[in-house]
Parts: sequence; C-alpha cells; structure tokens
Amino acid sequence: MLLAGVAQGCVYALVALGFVLIYKATETVNFAQGDLMMLGGFFALTASVTLQWPYWATILFAVAAMAVVGMLAERLILRPVLGQPAFTVVMITIGLGYVVRGVVTMVPGWGTETYQIATPFVDDVWNLGGVVLPVQQLMVIGMTAALCAVLYVFFRFSTLGVAMQATSQNQLAAYYMGIPVRRVNMMIWGLSAGVAAFAGILLAPVTFVHSNMGFIGLKAFPAAVVGGFGSVPGAIVGGLIIGVVEALAGFYLPEGFKDVAAYIVVLVVLLVWPSGIFGETGRKKV
Amino acid sequence: MRFIFKTDYAQDLRLAKHGGHLFWYGLLGLLLLAAPWWSSEYVMSQLHFICIYSIVGFGLMILTGFTGQVSLGHAAFLAVGAYTEALMQAAGVPFAISISCAAIFSAIAGIVIGLPALRLKGIYLAIATLAFGVVVEEIITRWTKLTGGNEGKHLKPVEILGWKLESDAEFYYLCLALTVLCCLACINLLRSPTGRAFVAIRDSEISASCMGVNLAKYKTMAFAISAALTGVGGALYAHKLAFISPEQFTLFQSIELLTIVILGGIGFLHGAVLGAAFIIVLPQLISIGKGWLPEGMAPSGLQAVVFGLILILFIIFEPLGLYGRWLKVRTYFELFPFYRKGMFRRQKSYMKSERLR
Amino acid sequence: MSFFKVENLGIRFGGVVAVDKVGFEVKRGECYTIIGPNGAGKTTIFNLIGQIYPATSGKLFFLDKELNNLAPHQVAALGIARTFQNIELFEHATVLQNLLIGRHRHRKTALWQELLYTPSVRTAELAQREAVEKVIDFLELAKVRDSLVAGLPYGVRKVVELGRALATEPKLLLLDEPSSGLNPEETDDMAFWIEDIKRHLGVTVLMVEHDMNLVSRVSDRVLALNLGTVIAEGTPAEVQAHPAVIEAYLGKAA
Repeated sequence: MLLAGVAQGCVYALVALGFVLIYKATETVNFAQGDLMMLGGFFALTASVTLQWPYWATILFAVAAMAVVGMLAERLILRPVLGQPAFTVVMITIGLGYVVRGVVTMVPGWGTETYQIATPFVDDVWNLGGVVLPVQQLMVIGMTAALCAVLYVFFRFSTLGVAMQATSQNQLAAYYMGIPVRRVNMMIWGLSAGVAAFAGILLAPVTFVHSNMGFIGLKAFPAAVVGGFGSVPGAIVGGLIIGVVEALAGFYLPEGFKDVAAYIVVLVVLLVWPSGIFGETGRKKV
Repeated sequence: MRFIFKTDYAQDLRLAKHGGHLFWYGLLGLLLLAAPWWSSEYVMSQLHFICIYSIVGFGLMILTGFTGQVSLGHAAFLAVGAYTEALMQAAGVPFAISISCAAIFSAIAGIVIGLPALRLKGIYLAIATLAFGVVVEEIITRWTKLTGGNEGKHLKPVEILGWKLESDAEFYYLCLALTVLCCLACINLLRSPTGRAFVAIRDSEISASCMGVNLAKYKTMAFAISAALTGVGGALYAHKLAFISPEQFTLFQSIELLTIVILGGIGFLHGAVLGAAFIIVLPQLISIGKGWLPEGMAPSGLQAVVFGLILILFIIFEPLGLYGRWLKVRTYFELFPFYRKGMFRRQKSYMKSERLR
Repeated sequence: MSFFKVENLGIRFGGVVAVDKVGFEVKRGECYTIIGPNGAGKTTIFNLIGQIYPATSGKLFFLDKELNNLAPHQVAALGIARTFQNIELFEHATVLQNLLIGRHRHRKTALWQELLYTPSVRTAELAQREAVEKVIDFLELAKVRDSLVAGLPYGVRKVVELGRALATEPKLLLLDEPSSGLNPEETDDMAFWIEDIKRHLGVTVLMVEHDMNLVSRVSDRVLALNLGTVIAEGTPAEVQAHPAVIEAYLGKAA
C-alpha cells in the first residue's frame, strides 16, 4: 500500500515537475498541466490502439506530440501576455485547460469514453523477500527517477538549462545577455508538456484514459507547494509526500479524507512554512 | 466633447459626475424597474441570475480587483451563504435575519481563510484559497447531519414579514433591491479611506504600510467584506434554485466567478455586472451554436471550448474586459474626432519576478 | 527629550553585516543627511527605522518612544514618513488618490459609516481633500492631479512621492535619494522644497543623498557611512574634508 502511495506520488511529482519547470522559467503557473497530461494520454492511446504501435513507440510519440502542443500553446497563447501580472497568466492557463478538455471531448473517436492502453507489466508482480510488489508501480518509480536524473543534468550543465534559469529570474537582464527569451520560453513549455505526457502514460494503467483524467493534476499543486515552488527536487519530494499522505489517509482515516488530504496538507504547509521544503523566500528590496 | 468644470471639491465626491450620468443611469433604473412588464418569463429568470451573480461579482471584485488578493475558492463563501440561508429558513428564522446571518457567517469564513493567508501572496494565495474551497466543499458533502450531504437541501420561497414572494416579479424586485444596495455600499467603500487602502495594498504593500495602512487589518477586512457580499448572493442563489447541493459549489463554480470578474473588467465595479450578464447569456449562445457542429463531434465539449476560448481571447485582446471595451467606445465618441489609437494601450512590460513583491 | 535617536544599530543578513554599530541623533527642525558610497547601508538604515525588517541589534527612539518592535504602519502613525529610492507609488491610481492615501493615518471614520456614506464621512473627505490640495499647491502638482501615475515621467513621480510623504503631515521626513534621476533644474526645485519643508512646514528632514551640492546646500549636519559603519559626522564642510571620507570615496593615496 505504501508502494502504491509512492507510485501515485511519482505521478503527482511528474505533473508538479512540469509546473515547476514552467514556473522556474517564466514564473507562470500552468493550471492546464493536468489537462496536458490527459491529452498526452490520449495521444498515447491513439498510437497504441489505433496505430497499433509498441509501448515504447507510443511513449515517444506522445511525448513528442505533446512537446509540439506545448510549444504551440506558448507561442499562441502565452506569448501575447508576456509581462502581464501572474494572475492574468494563471487565468489564461485555466482557459487553456478548458479548451483542451473540451476539444478532447469533441474529437470523434475520443469523446467522453474511458479507454485502456495496453501496458506491459500491468499484472506482473515481483516477490521480494515475502513482500509482493507490483512491477507496474516499480516501473513508474523507476522511470520517474530516470527522468529526474536527465533533467538535473540538463539544467545544471547545458547552456539551455542555465538560460532557462536566467530568464525566470530577470527577464530583462536575460534579454540583454542575448538569451532568446521567447524561444527559451517556448522550449520550456514543450519540455514541460512532454513531461506531462510522460506522466499521463504512467498514470493511464491506474486511472484509465478519459477526459477528466486531468483533475488529478490539481493535486500536483499541493505537491509543488510542499516541496517548494520553483524547486525541481522539491516538486519530486513534494509529490512523493502527497502521494504517501493520501495513501495513508485512505487507509487510516474515515471516508472522504483521502480526497482532501492533499489540500489539508497544503493549507497547513502554507500557514506554517510557506516556502516549502526546498523553496526560497524572497523579499522585495526597497 | 464634454468638459466638466469643477468648482468645488464636493463635485469629485458626488456619485453622478455630470448630468449625463444621471440621465442614463436613471433611464437604466426605469428600465429595470419596469422589467416585469416588458420581459418574458425566461428573460425575468435570467435577470434574477444576473442580479445574483452581480452581487457575488461585487464581492469578488473588491477582493481581487481592488485589493489584489486572488481567490480561487470563492464558491466556498457562496456555499456558506446558501446553506446558512437554507438551514435558517428551515428553522423558521425571518428572512431579514437569515440573510444577515448568511452575510455574517460568510464574513467569518472569509476571516478564517483571510487571517492565515496574510503572509501569502500571488500563487501561494491562489493555491491556499483553492485548497480552502475544496476543503469546504468536502466538509459540506461529509457533514450530512447539518447539510444533508449529497442529497442537498430544499428551500421554500422567501417570506418577508408574512408576505410570501412567490411570483417571479416579486423575487426580482428583492434581488434588484439588494443588488442596488450592495452596489451603493461598494461605491461608498471605494470612495472612502478604506477603499483607498485596498487599492494601495493591491499596488504596493510595502509603501501602503509605510503610509500607515495596517496590512493585516485591511486584508482581513477585504476578505470579510468580499465574503459577506458573496454570502448574500449565495442566500439569494439558494432561493432562486430552491435546491442546493455540494455539486453547485465546486472549483468550477469558483473559476466561473473569477471569469465574471475578468471578462467584465478587473478594477471596475461595472465589470461585475457586465461580466455577470455575459456569463448568463453565454450558455444560450452556445446551445444555439451546438446546432451547427459537424457530425461526430460530441456537443458536450463545446461549452468548455467556448468558455476557455473566450477567456483566452479576452485576456489577450481585451485585458480591460467588457467595461474596458465600453470605455474605449465611449471615449471614442466623446473625443470624436480626436481619439488616438494608443490611448488605452498598456505599456510594454517585462516580467519582473513576483517572488519579490 | 531627544527628537530622534539611533543607538548602536546593527543588522546582518545571514553572514553579511549591512549595518554595524551605527549611532546618531537628529535634532528637531534640522536637516540631517547620511552620505556614503553605494552599499554603505544607508537605505538599509531607513528600512530599519521604518521597521520593514527588524534590526539584529541596537535601538531607535523617536520622541523618546522606542521603535523597535513596531509594525511599519505604527511607525507611520507616530509621524515618520518616507520616500523610496525606487519609487513605490500606487501605479494604477491617480496622483490625487496617491496623496489621499498619505492622509490615511488621519482618518476618523469607521467602516460602517463609510459603507453608508454618512454626512460625517463627507465632511471628513472634504477635509482630507483640502489638506492634500495644500500639498499639491506647495509642490505645483495641480496639472497632473487627475493623471494616472503610471503615465507620468520620472521627475514628476519623484515629486508625487515627496507629496505623498508630506500629505501624512509628518514630524520626521525620511528622504531616500531625493535627487537621483533628476536633472539640474529639478534638483534645484527639490533643494528649494527641502528648505521650505524645513523652515515653513517645520518638518525635520533625514536624508540620504549622493549629490554633494544638494547636501551642502540644504543640510545642517552630515553623517558619513562606509560598509555599514560611521566614519565621520559634522557639518557638510567638515565631513567633506575628512580624510576617512575622502578615502572611502576616492581610495587611499598610493
């Protein structure tokens, strides 16, 4: 049961990672992250069911397709509002989420049905010293870890990664330093959407693919906050914490607490420790 | 072109700045008062909703538009108001008292989230209010002894001092009266020191506090007033639908309320009314559009798509909202032919980190 | 009774000591200037006076009342007003509204009265308006009274900042680099205004400034800071000739 919590937490962590990436680069919070995840799931579904591609190919396809969607979204929707206050941008991402959800429901062949993607390892289990571990969940954890390692290297050592950090801290200065800010933003969105797709695929066996799948994405907010908004390791840790807390709440507390556990946790964290575990506090210099 | 020649300070304080204001608002007032005669039953019902959502819009506008505090959980206050009214009416409490209690309890809920949220800004505040909204919704669903949970609560028609408001027209006048009262209260608030303090907090908290504005007190006050107004709206909402259940107070409701404020025009009270009207009329237009969809496309998604698209388009192209657009049109005619295209253009701004604010 | 006294003030941000053992006293009615190279901690001292963040050591006294544990709005209520180095005006309000917010500490109406717009609210508002108009006349802001601050040029905004601080009817006015970004004409105007504030309005001025001409012109006494510590104090002429000050600005002779 704990493992299930960790695995679920990994999914939250991935969605939270998507937000945090965008937040780090553009200080925008993307409320549509969950819906992008859902769209990624649907792309994977199409590749898997309609086109009959193998699992690994569906992952690549979905990630690539979502990267394109992410970049388009940035170009068409986010770029015009560059520089406006955060609240405006949040609302525009909420609008984006609605559009994505609506479009998915309207596409013939997708609609409002629930679908299943053929995933390897779904029913396999490992027997490890007497503890039964579903391989599915181990796969989720493993793939998340691998992705995080890749991203860490990317941000720390590649020029693009450093450029992304620069644009998030002071856009005007980044412009002066010759960083193509708009292109960097576009790529961040592509990257983030790709991560969301990855999360969607990992989540598909658990929740199945349907147009309301993205609501789980809302729980990723508490994850990002607990870990410290703006911190990549924070998003992961936060996601894991929320996943585990939820699993425990579902087990030990009366019905209904499982759903709100994440939100209660975030309220408590915000009251006591607003910057989260890895976050930084900032203060305006006057 | 109209030139307002000011001769004393009191002129700036007046509600109607010039004769034109009096004339047009007077006309609007007459039109609204005569509504039961010229409107069909359907339009009357829509007017009910417009009034109710206007009141809620005023509340949210004061909090988000004028004090700059984002609230993604405003449906919670709507719920508190609605359920208070439902429970009190069931207990036989007279309407005047029950609606006041709806306002008071909502205000208390506002303080419950406002006080701890004092230190939170921007996205953190948004998430905190979002979490608050979800938690309240869950509490309503689970506390079945009090709220009836998912089975909901029914309400009887409003009864004031023995007079049952059973017809649409009577309920309409009640809603209209309350809307006008709330509107006046908000206008008075905004032209007073408290209203200025709110605006100061929105624009620069640090300098507001250095000018003597007690941030904690005024932020909490903003939450309380906003919640109280929303509670009043909630009570009327409960009566309008005659049945309330937790499903009406979800995150989507909160987002819809925020949309009212954004589409109408953040920072203008008129925006609340215009936004409310737009939101009420929108679904009708969408249903008409559904007939034009090609085969195979499920029409249920159209609402979400149109809603999202309108939100996106408004934010990109008309950041001042419907009222902003109206201002531009009116200024064009007022200054004709001297209107310049760039008059309302926002200066190009570069994103500065709002983490340090 | 001392008017304004700072004793042993110090603050560290993590490992950085921004202000260290700074002490000075400002007499009523004088213009006291703090100078020093960039990073000397001058604005930090202002922030400490205004209690934007608490000092790690030392005490501040205004009219013998200790400022140390007050909130910024309580400091303002005592009669201390300030301007900011990087203008912190309320951008989406008019000049008039900005100045009226400066009157906040003088408000006498309660919330319920304001909601109902009782006659007392009306009278109070008119009184506030009169007070603000005096400031507008003094600073010649009449032309921009109803303009949104966001559209005003920098020089005018600086004057509006000053106006907002004056609207609070302070006893002690903290001016943070009043002439930065102003051309010589505007600096001249600023000098005249500071002198008028001192002499006619009876307000004590505590100033942070870089422009030595302005400092010599309006200040009674000067405090020189470097790297958070006091290096000299005296009349403008004394301080400008002080070897430690020269060293701080120009470096040591080789």
